[in-house]
Amino acid sequence: MNNPQLNKHGELQHLLSTEGLPVRIMRDILDRASTFLDEANGGEFKKVPLLHGKSVFNVFFENSTRTRTTFEIAAKKLSADVVNLNIGSSSTSKGETLLDTVDNLCAMHADMFVVRHSSSGAAHLIARHVAPDIHVINAGDGRHAHPTQALLDMYTIRHYKKEFHNLRVAIVGDILHSRVARSQIHALTTLGVPEVRVIAPKTLLPSHVEKLGVQVYHDMTQGLRDVDVVMTLRLQNERMQGALLPSAQEFFKYYGLTQERLALARPDAIVMHPGPMNRGVEIDSSVADGPQAVILPQVTFGVAVRMAVMSTLAGNTP
Amino acid sequence: MNIHIKNGRLIDPKNRIDTHQDVYIANRRIVAIGKAPQDFIAEQLIDASGLIVMPGLVDVAARLREPGYEYRATLESEMNAAVAGGVTSLACPPDTDPPLDEPGLVEMLKRRARVLNQARVFPIGALTYGLKGLELTEMIELTDAGCKAFSQADEPLTDTRVLMRAMQYAATFGYRVWLRPQDSFLARNGVAHDGEVATRLGLPPIPVVAETIALTTALQLARETGVMLHICRISSAAGVELLRAAKREGLQVTCDVSMNHVHLTEMDIGFFDANCHLMPPLRSQRDRAGLLAGLLDGTIDAICSNHSPVDDDAKQLPFADAEAGATGLELLLPLVLKWAEQESVPLLDALARITISPAQLLGQQMGHLSVGAHADICIFDPQTNWRVAPAALKSQGKNTPFNGYEMQGRVRYTLLDGQMVYESQS
Repeated sequence: MNNPQLNKHGELQHLLSTEGLPVRIMRDILDRASTFLDEANGGEFKKVPLLHGKSVFNVFFENSTRTRTTFEIAAKKLSADVVNLNIGSSSTSKGETLLDTVDNLCAMHADMFVVRHSSSGAAHLIARHVAPDIHVINAGDGRHAHPTQALLDMYTIRHYKKEFHNLRVAIVGDILHSRVARSQIHALTTLGVPEVRVIAPKTLLPSHVEKLGVQVYHDMTQGLRDVDVVMTLRLQNERMQGALLPSAQEFFKYYGLTQERLALARPDAIVMHPGPMNRGVEIDSSVADGPQAVILPQVTFGVAVRMAVMSTLAGNTP
Repeated sequence: MNIHIKNGRLIDPKNRIDTHQDVYIANRRIVAIGKAPQDFIAEQLIDASGLIVMPGLVDVAARLREPGYEYRATLESEMNAAVAGGVTSLACPPDTDPPLDEPGLVEMLKRRARVLNQARVFPIGALTYGLKGLELTEMIELTDAGCKAFSQADEPLTDTRVLMRAMQYAATFGYRVWLRPQDSFLARNGVAHDGEVATRLGLPPIPVVAETIALTTALQLARETGVMLHICRISSAAGVELLRAAKREGLQVTCDVSMNHVHLTEMDIGFFDANCHLMPPLRSQRDRAGLLAGLLDGTIDAICSNHSPVDDDAKQLPFADAEAGATGLELLLPLVLKWAEQESVPLLDALARITISPAQLLGQQMGHLSVGAHADICIFDPQTNWRVAPAALKSQGKNTPFNGYEMQGRVRYTLLDGQMVYESQS
C-alpha cells in the first residue's frame, strides 16, 4: 500500500498520521524544531522567511483555540500569509460538502492546509483530493490522529529525557476516543520506546488496542509503577451520557492523576497533558501545577514543532 | 423466436449438468437440450464455442433505488447493469423512499420493470410500515401485488414482540421473513468492524456480537413461530457457526452472503477507502475464513451482489460520513468465478449459489435450464480478462471496492424469456 504521506522520493508530502511516518522524518522534524527555538533568548521563536509568499489556510471544521493559535503563530513566524477559517459555523452548515469547501480554498491559491475535522479520515480525503503541490497537515481528525500533538509530545520527552530507548511511558484516560493517544502510541513505538502502557477502564479502550503495541492496564497503581513519562488525556463530559462512565468523580477517584499516584512513578517522571485540562477529573491541580508537570513547555514546543512540520513540507516538491 | 445456442459448455447446477450440449429455444422456453426437436428451424444461431451457457443469474439483493432515490440510480440504469452482468432475476429490498409497504408501490415497481423487459424484479415487501418496526404491513395484499418475502432491509426492528408477531403472522400464510441480523444498539453510529483496523483508524466500531445477538434472537423466534426465516448478508464466523447449528437442528433457515464479504476484509479499508464502507461492515480475515467454510459446507445458500448504488457526492466524504454501499450487479459473476477458482470449488457447485439456490430462496421455479423452463440464460466467456473501470460500468453507481481489480469471465449474451436482452460489444 502506498504511504499517502510521502512523495515519490520518500519525503514528507502531507502530515496525516504518525503511523507509518518513517523514523528519519520524525527525527528530522524534532531536530529542525530545536533550531527554531532560541534557547539563549529565553525560548523565543526565531522569525524566518521559509514560507514567505506562501498561504497557509487553517481550516477548522471543529472548534479549537489552542491548536489553531499555535499553528497560526508558527506560520507567521515562518513569514507565511495565514488565513483562519472556522468552517464549523459557516459553509458546511449551508450544505457545502467538505471537498467543495476545499476546492474553493484551492481556487484562492492555498499552498498549505491545516485541517481539523470531527470525522476520522477527513485529512486523508483532502490530501487525496488536492493538487500535488498543495500540502495538508492533519490538525486532528475524529478519533484517528493528531500527529503534530504527538510530535510536540515527542519533542517534550526528548527535551527532558534525551533518549527514547530506555523509557517506560504510560498514557492514562480516554484512549477510545483519543486521536492524541493513537498518534502518541505510533510515535513512541516508532521512536523505539520499549514499553508503552495504556491505563483505562475497559469502556475507554478500543477493542484491539494491544495490537498497537501497548501493554494494557486497568489499575493506576500497577500501571504507573516506575514509569518515566505520564501522559494524561482530556476526558470529555459527554462520556458520562454514553454509559461509558458513571461519573467524573468516580473516574477521578480511580484514574485521576494525584500526587500519591504519581509517587509510584520514577522520581524524575514528567507529567504531560495535551490540554485543555479538566482539573479534578483526569488530573489533580497539585500535579498540574507541580514540579513534574511540563504542560506549559509542551505548548511552547508545539509552536516550534509546527514550524518544523510546515517548513519541512514547504521544502518538499511533488 | 427460435434460437439455437450451439457448441457451448452447458452448466446447469439444478440438473447437475456440465457438458457440451446445444440448447434450443422456442416460444420463450427451452424446448430441447442436446438434440434439436423435430422440425426445429432456428431463426437465430448463437455460436457459443468456447463459452459457458448457464441459467441467468438470480441475485437476492439488488437495490434499484426506485422509488425515491432516482438521483442515485434508476430502474433503466440498474436493469441495464443487471443484464450486462448476466442477472435475469433480482430481488430488491424494501428500503426505497417510500418503502415498499403499500401494494400500489409494489405494483408500480413491477409494472415499470416489466415495461423495461430486461430482468425479472421480485420485490421484497416491508415487514413493518415505513420499516419503522412498529406495525405490520398488509402482507397478504403485498403478496398479491408480487412480494416474495418480507424484510426490514437494514432498518432495525428492536421491539422483539413486534418481530415475533410479524413472524407468527408471516408463518400463518407461509410467507418468508428475511432479516439482516444486527443489534441496533450495539451497532449505533458504527461504520467498521470492531477490530484492528477500526482501532487503528479510530472508526466507530460494530462488534461481531451485534450480529450474533440479533441472529440468536431471530433463530429463537423462528423456532418458536415456525416461520421460514432467511438470514441476509451474514458477515461473521460466529454467525455462520450459529446458522450451522440451527440447520443441523433442522430449523427452516437459509442464509446469503454478499460477494464483497467473500473477497474482502477490514484490511481493504486501507487508508479510509470509503468504497469499503459497506453494511454489514467488512470483517476480519478469520471471519472471512468462516464465511468461506460456510459456503463450502452449504451453511450459506447463496451469494448476492448486495448491489447498492451510491452517488459520488455521498461517497466523497470522510469514511464515517460516506454512505454505505457499492455497485455490484456487473461483478457478481466474475467474483463468484474468482471465488470458485481460489477455493477450488467445481463450477457446478459455485454457479448453484447464484442460480438455483437463490431461486429457491425466492420460492420461484427458475434458475435452471430444464426443458420447458423459461429461457433465462447467461452466456459468458470464461477466458476474457478485464479490469474493473467505474466509467465502463452500466450501473449509475460507480463506487466499488473492486475498482481496478482484474476480473476473469465476461458476459457475452443475456437472454430473458427467450429474447436477447444483452449482447456485449467485444
